[in-house]
Amino acid sequence: MSNDIFVITEHMDGKFSDVSFELVGKAKELASALGGQAVAVVVGSGTASNVFASDSTIQVDDTALSQFNPEAYGKVIEALVKDKSPRLVMFGWTATGMDLAAWLSARLGVPCAAYVKNIGADLTMSCQAYGGKMSADVAPEGDMAIAAVLAGSFPVEAGQGSTAATTMASPVALDGLKTKFVEAIKPAAGDVDITAQTKLVSIGRGIGSKDNVELAEELAGKLGATVSSSRPVVDAGWLPRTRQVGKSGLKVKPKLYLMLGISGAPEHLEGMKSAELIIAINTDKKAPIFNVAHYGATADLFEVAEAMLELL
Amino acid sequence: MNIVVAIKHIPSIADDLPVKGNNVDFDSVDFVLNEFDEQSIEQAVLVKEAVGGTVTVVGVDMIGELDGVLHLALAKGADKAVKITGDDPAADSHQQAKWLAEAIKGMSADMVFAGVQASNDLDGQIGPMIAAHLDMPYIGGVSSVEVAGDSATVNKEFAGGVGAKYSVSLPMVVGVQASTKPPRYAPVSKVRQVAQTATIEKVAPSGDAGSGLTFKKMAPPVVTGHAEMIEGSSKDVAKKIVELLKSKGLA
Ligand SMILES: Cc1cc2nc3c(=O)[nH]c(=O)nc-3n(C[C@H](O)[C@H](O)[C@H](O)COP(=O)(O)OP(=O)(O)OC[C@H]3O[C@@H](n4cnc5c(N)ncnc54)[C@H](O)[C@@H]3O)c2cc1C
Repeated sequence: MSNDIFVITEHMDGKFSDVSFELVGKAKELASALGGQAVAVVVGSGTASNVFASDSTIQVDDTALSQFNPEAYGKVIEALVKDKSPRLVMFGWTATGMDLAAWLSARLGVPCAAYVKNIGADLTMSCQAYGGKMSADVAPEGDMAIAAVLAGSFPVEAGQGSTAATTMASPVALDGLKTKFVEAIKPAAGDVDITAQTKLVSIGRGIGSKDNVELAEELAGKLGATVSSSRPVVDAGWLPRTRQVGKSGLKVKPKLYLMLGISGAPEHLEGMKSAELIIAINTDKKAPIFNVAHYGATADLFEVAEAMLELL
Repeated sequence: MNIVVAIKHIPSIADDLPVKGNNVDFDSVDFVLNEFDEQSIEQAVLVKEAVGGTVTVVGVDMIGELDGVLHLALAKGADKAVKITGDDPAADSHQQAKWLAEAIKGMSADMVFAGVQASNDLDGQIGPMIAAHLDMPYIGGVSSVEVAGDSATVNKEFAGGVGAKYSVSLPMVVGVQASTKPPRYAPVSKVRQVAQTATIEKVAPSGDAGSGLTFKKMAPPVVTGHAEMIEGSSKDVAKKIVELLKSKGLA
């Protein structure tokens, strides 16, 4: 056992995501409190990894790891963690981390906390569960734990640096994988780019049906804004994927983000919390979005939108 | 094709969540199907419709009210329903994943579907843990699945429309983010009919696997800020928003 804190970093097309730096910064703080090292772990192929402020960086290099492959990455990380026995293994609660954290926990019989927002020096973790409506403090048993941390929980800068990476070959054989990366999927082109708009009228499940999207379009038209949305609106086929704001959608930072019927789940907040002016209309006075919006009203979105149309 | 869908019955977040001790007061909340499980059931039925086979839906009965959820799944095209008589509303994802994996072991599944996450997955999701127990590969964040022969092609989403296509030799576990087509609607009359005729297989929970997490506290998040609330009728609200936007040169 060691008191080291491992951060499983993530990268695409040679670029590390912000969450990797956020976690390395936090890992440094925890490692110095525990008397261990903050170790950045890079799984990849030929990735330039001298970018972290970690105490050390381990780069596992193999051509089979050039693209994210949950099976291959899982095997590598499991072998590495078994060998080095860190005190804590940190993942981002992201598209890639979500494939690995709980899997590793079940493989190793080690506790895992997800939706983590903060971690104390005693490794008590604060988790933002139940769609952001509850915060739970949980303490992991045993000598090793796994934390899957929400993106945006810590500052990026604290993790940026230039620690040289130590490259090693994969600790496990990577032939005979059942999972094969076929190709990258690129975003559909041709629609408006919501990340380039200064004003967005953003609709959520509260809009109720495809027919009602028109009302939002009309309001947006009057405001010189574009309509964007939460994920369920896109999943229901009411708007194209290009309009989705959030974790699996796009990150936006408009001057105005007017929200109609969006609850404010953490996955949505990831995409819009730094908008300059956030106004939320929601019938639920306890909707988590009211903790983030600058202005809010507990009201029916249809009534408010209709009334705004009369005034504009 | 033997398709299994592992589902979670979870506390509804539509209303306030009452707290008892250091956890949710499970006696005073409504339980609902995890929203991503609706997508996962649909995706399983779509695969069955494309290549043939059976869809078995299996979940842990947390509070003795899973039948309604299972009937709905059957009305939407699932063929068999199984409930694990856990009867422990506090059973965490680790425990449920273990029970589910034990139940699925005997089903010779070619594919196991699970919702990509649930809002109460404080200790991680059941999908990757079931995969770990069954020694099958896992891919989550999936928004399309096609099966040909003994392999599946799945699209995984990263962010902003960027994703990756993977080919996986079966069996595998898929964590569904969204089904290829939006979940179908089952008319109430059909659900009622299913409820009268369907049999739900009961399985006793088997295997132990706690999360190893001790709950210290459960409470609504401490908020650092709160929106300035605009009071009054909807008309008043509209008026004040328009004034605000005009004052900032945004309307
Ligand atoms: C891996 C992953 C990635 C994800 N990525 C994203 C993402 O990129 N973007 C995203 O948005 N979500 C994402 N999600 C989904 C996210 O978890 C939530 O499910 C989603 O954000 C909820 O959308 P919503 O607020 O529109 O719906 P809900 O949470 O259902 O909220 C609807 C709201 O409308 C209100 N309402 C209803 N009727 C009215 C009315 N008449 N007037 C006013 N208010 C009304 C309700 O009070 C409620 O608050 C992701 C989830 C996962 C697991």
